[in-house]
Amino acid sequence: MIKKTVFSGFGGQGVLMMGYVLAVSAMKDGRHVTYLPTYGAEVRGGTANCTVVVSDEEIFSPVASTLDYAVLMNKPSLVKYEPLMSEGGLIIINSSLVSDSPSRKDVGFVRIPANDIARELGSDRTINMIMLGALVAKTGITTQDSIMNGLSEIVKAKKASLMELNRKGLQKGAEYALKF
Amino acid sequence: MSEKKLMSGSHVIAEAAVRAGCRFYAGYPITPQNELTEYSAAAMVRTPGGTFIQAESEIAAINMVIGASMAGARAMTSSSSPGISLKQEGISFAAAMELPLLVVNTMRGGPGLGNIAPAQGDYFQATRGGGHGDYRTIVIGPASGQELADLTRKAFDYADHYLTPVMIIGDGMIGQMMEPVEFPDPIDIKKLPTKPWILDGAKGRPSRLIRSLILDIALEEAHNWKLVKKYETISREITSWEEYQTDDARLVVVAYGTAARIAKGAVRKARERGMKVGLIRPITLWPFPSRVLHEMTGRIKEFLVFEMSTGQMLEDVRLAIEGRANVHFYGRPGGVISTPEEIAGEIQGLYQSRQLDGE
Amino acid sequence: MAKKVFTKPKYLKDAVFHYCPGCGHSIIHRLLAEIFEELDIRDRVICVPPAGCAVLAYNYLDVDMGEAPHGRGPALATGIKRVLPDRIVFSYQGDGDIAAIGTAETIHAANRGENITVIFVNNGVYGMTGGQMAPTTITGQSSTTTPGGRNVQRDGSPLDLSQMLAITNGTKYIERTAVNSPKRIKDTKKAITKAFRVQMEGLGFSLIEILSPCPTNWKMTPVEALKWVENDMTKFFPIKVIKDEVGKI
Repeated sequence: MIKKTVFSGFGGQGVLMMGYVLAVSAMKDGRHVTYLPTYGAEVRGGTANCTVVVSDEEIFSPVASTLDYAVLMNKPSLVKYEPLMSEGGLIIINSSLVSDSPSRKDVGFVRIPANDIARELGSDRTINMIMLGALVAKTGITTQDSIMNGLSEIVKAKKASLMELNRKGLQKGAEYALKF
Repeated sequence: MSEKKLMSGSHVIAEAAVRAGCRFYAGYPITPQNELTEYSAAAMVRTPGGTFIQAESEIAAINMVIGASMAGARAMTSSSSPGISLKQEGISFAAAMELPLLVVNTMRGGPGLGNIAPAQGDYFQATRGGGHGDYRTIVIGPASGQELADLTRKAFDYADHYLTPVMIIGDGMIGQMMEPVEFPDPIDIKKLPTKPWILDGAKGRPSRLIRSLILDIALEEAHNWKLVKKYETISREITSWEEYQTDDARLVVVAYGTAARIAKGAVRKARERGMKVGLIRPITLWPFPSRVLHEMTGRIKEFLVFEMSTGQMLEDVRLAIEGRANVHFYGRPGGVISTPEEIAGEIQGLYQSRQLDGE
Repeated sequence: MAKKVFTKPKYLKDAVFHYCPGCGHSIIHRLLAEIFEELDIRDRVICVPPAGCAVLAYNYLDVDMGEAPHGRGPALATGIKRVLPDRIVFSYQGDGDIAAIGTAETIHAANRGENITVIFVNNGVYGMTGGQMAPTTITGQSSTTTPGGRNVQRDGSPLDLSQMLAITNGTKYIERTAVNSPKRIKDTKKAITKAFRVQMEGLGFSLIEILSPCPTNWKMTPVEALKWVENDMTKFFPIKVIKDEVGKI
């Protein structure tokens, strides 16, 4: 099994962190992973994206010419990545920020009002966890437990309250995605 | 070994260098390898006896490293293509003076300022010496995070053992991509072999000289041949490569670094489509694994060289094969990253046109 | 038994100088060898010779030597000194080496306050390559590339590198001397000695600029060259302490 996921949005939305969390979590599951961010001049401009490949065997190219999953945080990302989706792939959009929908019918689509859910949870910091929760729940690319395990390695100050907030975000995102 | 860490290639090199006993880094900012410089800055600060200097220029950086090497330290610098051009004077001097040091080139699109995308256009510069005069540097082309960790250590060992500059060449993709890496444990630098040639003040011994100026032509000629002898030894001892599905292959793809990863994906796709295709991935680019390619010509008559350049390693493949087989080329210069599908398409076209699918 | 009044310094090797008659390098080499002995530092000194006539300094000075590419002495010396901070590291450089091709390395080593010493031999020409214009060739001075004399409009003015370096915070002691008379030679020895002491005390960057005759390329007799240093060079490069943040040491 090899799955290629892109996370894309504006710089500052934490799309690189989302990809990083997924990559570390999958690594800790013992899977092969690659994480490839955009770099250089582009990073300092508007858009940011990263491609995470998770596989049960050696990964050759870390670049995705076709995508299995896309987690998108702005409209330009939808325009850019919709054509690259493989048949049967899945697009997850933060619908608090993007009202558009993909036009392709051969690709799954989930709208997650992540900013609104985050507000209910009382912290904008959970937006990315909500999106990741949705991805994990819909695709099974890894588990919520793995993500928490990955987070515990990444987040240096493991404040219990913060980890609890992250767990809630993941859970809410998952619940919302499964109802969608 | 430590537990697996997800790290970018640039960080891996810097961390592996410190673990290999590197205690001196000098460099100058240039994209796409600034992460290596920045990581080194932090790593040298927290390492006892470590020195980091942000140099005023690429030229100053390589010369600081030369000085550190003369003083006995494991030392390195890193840059990207245009910056490596500037360092070439120093690399030539280091080769002439037989100084161990490591240079990392995170290659970008070129010539000129080019762009910061992954490319392999500096192969000639790296493998032919790069600076003026008659010399070679050991050139290593890793293709994964784990190889970066392992080969960075080897690079320092080679440099010390053979008294020569060593270059690791990668590109922005190798440098920026994060992969799980297990690092070897740090070495104890006190246990490294002593260097009986360093400049540390002539206490209780005759004064030493490290120079490259040899005005006497007979001596300079002798020095050149001495270097050649060393290069022959290096070629015998460290040439390395990876073979992938070559046993029954009728067509062999030759690629290194990032291009080799893409080519490997393409070979797998071609295999899935029933084509008998393999891959040779040179790991040392100088010395080049000529012999394995040459010996393959007994059973393989079609080779496809794939590079992210207009065809540089291609010449080494041709030299190795000496006309005993057909050498084809596919290149994407300028920072273009091919897809495995694209290369698989090239393989398929060749497979059919050379009628390799018959019995 | 007669008293010995003159002998070869201990750390000058048994080799005949290749320098031209009247050249200042041999005097400066001798001073260095004397200072190594007097300060008892020969076992701790590492010299970085330049590209130029003095590249062959290793034939004469009996200390560890690591040759630098043209102009890169201060960068290379930086590398040595940072690895071995308790050694005494100095670069020996000519005017073209230090003030033209190596300007960047010089200014930045000085500005970082590298605890090294630079011996800057200013003879106003590229000597080894045959007498071309140097950054310090004085206005009106003829060279093989300034026929008719250095013309400010065409060639720019002579560069006072020592003065430039003095404004950087990292430099602690800069003095300009000359080796065109016994008195000036003695003053030069004092200045170099002090510069090494500045380094030994860990105080920072020190540089001694030494006006030095080059009769061959100036197309003068040695005696004329000594006078020319005194009467012409010093107009542009006055003999003086340019910066001293150290005082008595």
